[in-house]
Formats: sequence, C-alpha cells, structure tokens
Amino acid sequence: MSEHIVPVKNYVAVFLSLLFLTGLTTKVAFIDLGQTAIGKTHVIDWNTVAALVIAVVKMLLVVLFFMHVKYSPGLTRLVIAAGFFWLAIMIALTLSDELARGWTGTPQPWSLLLPIFHPYL
Amino acid sequence: MADMVHTAHSPALVHQFETKEQQHDAGSLGMWVFLATEIMFFGGVFMSYIVYRALHLEAFIQGSHFLDVTFGATNTAVLICSSLTMALAINAAQTGKSKSTIITFLGLTMLLGAAFLFIKFAFEWTHDWTEGLVPGLHFTYSGPHAPGVELFFCFYFFMTGLHALHMVIGLGILATLTVMAYRGRFNSDYYAPLEVSGLYWHFVDIVWIFLFPLLYLIGGRYGGGH
Repeated sequence: MSEHIVPVKNYVAVFLSLLFLTGLTTKVAFIDLGQTAIGKTHVIDWNTVAALVIAVVKMLLVVLFFMHVKYSPGLTRLVIAAGFFWLAIMIALTLSDELARGWTGTPQPWSLLLPIFHPYL
Repeated sequence: MADMVHTAHSPALVHQFETKEQQHDAGSLGMWVFLATEIMFFGGVFMSYIVYRALHLEAFIQGSHFLDVTFGATNTAVLICSSLTMALAINAAQTGKSKSTIITFLGLTMLLGAAFLFIKFAFEWTHDWTEGLVPGLHFTYSGPHAPGVELFFCFYFFMTGLHALHMVIGLGILATLTVMAYRGRFNSDYYAPLEVSGLYWHFVDIVWIFLFPLLYLIGGRYGGGH
C-alpha cells in the first residue's frame, strides 16, 4: 500500500520516542562512557558512539514513520539507499586517506636502498 | 480505449498516470531523488567537519563547550514537535478533515519553525556575538587552541546557517501550502503538495538531529564541561 494512512496514535508514539531519545542523548553526553584505544594513534570515544547511534535511531524513526518509507515501494527505498550509500562512499574513502596517514613510514630516497643491492651491483 | 481511460479517472489524477497510487509514488520518488542530492550537499559539510574534528580534536572540544546544550536540546524538541504537526497536517488532508484543521496544523508547524529560528538567532547567535565567537567579524577568544576554536566556529556558523536557510525556505513552502489549503485545494483525493513538502520538512529535521550531537554534545561534556 503506497497511500497507507498512518493512524494518529502511531505518529504520537513516534513523536514521544523522539522526545525521549533527545532527552536520553542529552543526559548521556554528561556521563563519561570512557574510551578504548585502537593501536597507538586512535581511540574510540564511547560518548561519540552513543550520541551517533541515538541520532541514527532518531533518523530511522523519522524516515520510516513521518516520511512514510515503511509503506513506500521498493523503487523509492532504492533511491534512498543509494543516497546514503554514496554518502558512505564519500566518508569511507576520505577517511581511508585521512585516518591512515602515518600508518606507513616516511618514504626514503632510493639512494638509501643502494647498500642493500651493493654486492650485486 | 484510451479515451475511455481518460474520461474515467478522477479529476485529481493527471492523465499520464494509470492509478492514483502510481501518481503518488512518482511524486514521492521525485522528491526523494531531490533529497538524495541534499544528503550529498549536507554530507560534504559533515565530511569536512569529521576530518577537521579529527585533526583539531582538542580545539573542537573546547569550542563545543562554548555552546549551550539547553538551547540545542530545546531546539531539537521544537523541530520534533514541528515534524509531528506537519505529519498531522498531511494526515488531516488524507482523512478528509476540514480545511481549517489542515490550516491549523500548517500554522502550528510554521509557528514552531519560527520558534526554532528565533531561539537560534535571538538567543544563540546573539550570545555568540557578545562573547566574541564569530570568526572573521568579531572573534576575541585567545585562550588555548584559539585558531582551532575559530575553525570550529566557522563550521558551527556554516552548518547551522545552511540549516537555518533550509528552515527559511521551508517556512516559505509552508506559507504557500497554507494559501493553497485556504483556497480548498486539498482533500482526501489530492494532497501531493503537502506530502512532498512534508518530506522536505522532515529531512531538515533529520539534518538537525545530526547537527545537535555533532556540535553540542560530543567531546567531553562530563567533568570539565561548563
């Protein structure tokens, strides 16, 4: 059903959930959830993870119910998925450069490699 | 045969579509294609924010502490309320309620949208100006990580400004819808303009749902935050 009529009580339930999650994310921001180190240079900040997870849940509630995507045809869902997939490509490829800088050593001039080959030259 | 189909359909159905469902789906699809471009439009700004936050983490945390979480959270709640009233305006049209019901919900949506902008401009941005936190125009902060904090505020004003611009455009769309509703254009057969404008309004709400944690919340509000 594409022209599905969502009952008003569902809208109110989604609305109350969104308000609750807004309060929750605000409260959680003031509690230290700690950090976990990955390697020597990066850490996972669990407060950031919590804030973003709650934001994604809120977004899903808005998209599925307020924007009626739960009742949308496959073609519309495909366009939405494509939009987010392209965003994911942009973020993943940019961060694969930004965050991976310094993972490998500084490139050395070729001349420094010469002693290795010296006996054969 | 073609003539028969043409004469049989309801006035709300334009002739290039077979059914009302198909017409409705085509309208939503078109709006979503536009919103996909909006995802990339805002996505570029979010992407830059992520990269510069990673490069100047301490400064961005410092900058975030100058923002008032109360205003940010209040504005999030205001926008969520406006999304509800928008959804109820569409619901009122779908279920064949009177035009005054549709106009009331559209009016409430505009009122809440205006309240959001009022809190943003009159309280937050004005406060930022008096505190000297406006890069390029009036930036007087010279504490730790001053250049990075200035960069944070460049992002803050650009992101919230771009979002506010979308809100202003949204208010214009809502005003147009109100006039259309007043002229009795919408009924349970025809409410496509309400539906696609609703998609836009909810999208702008989603952008704020991400701006709120990214600008106000993340970065050590506990302990050292003020």
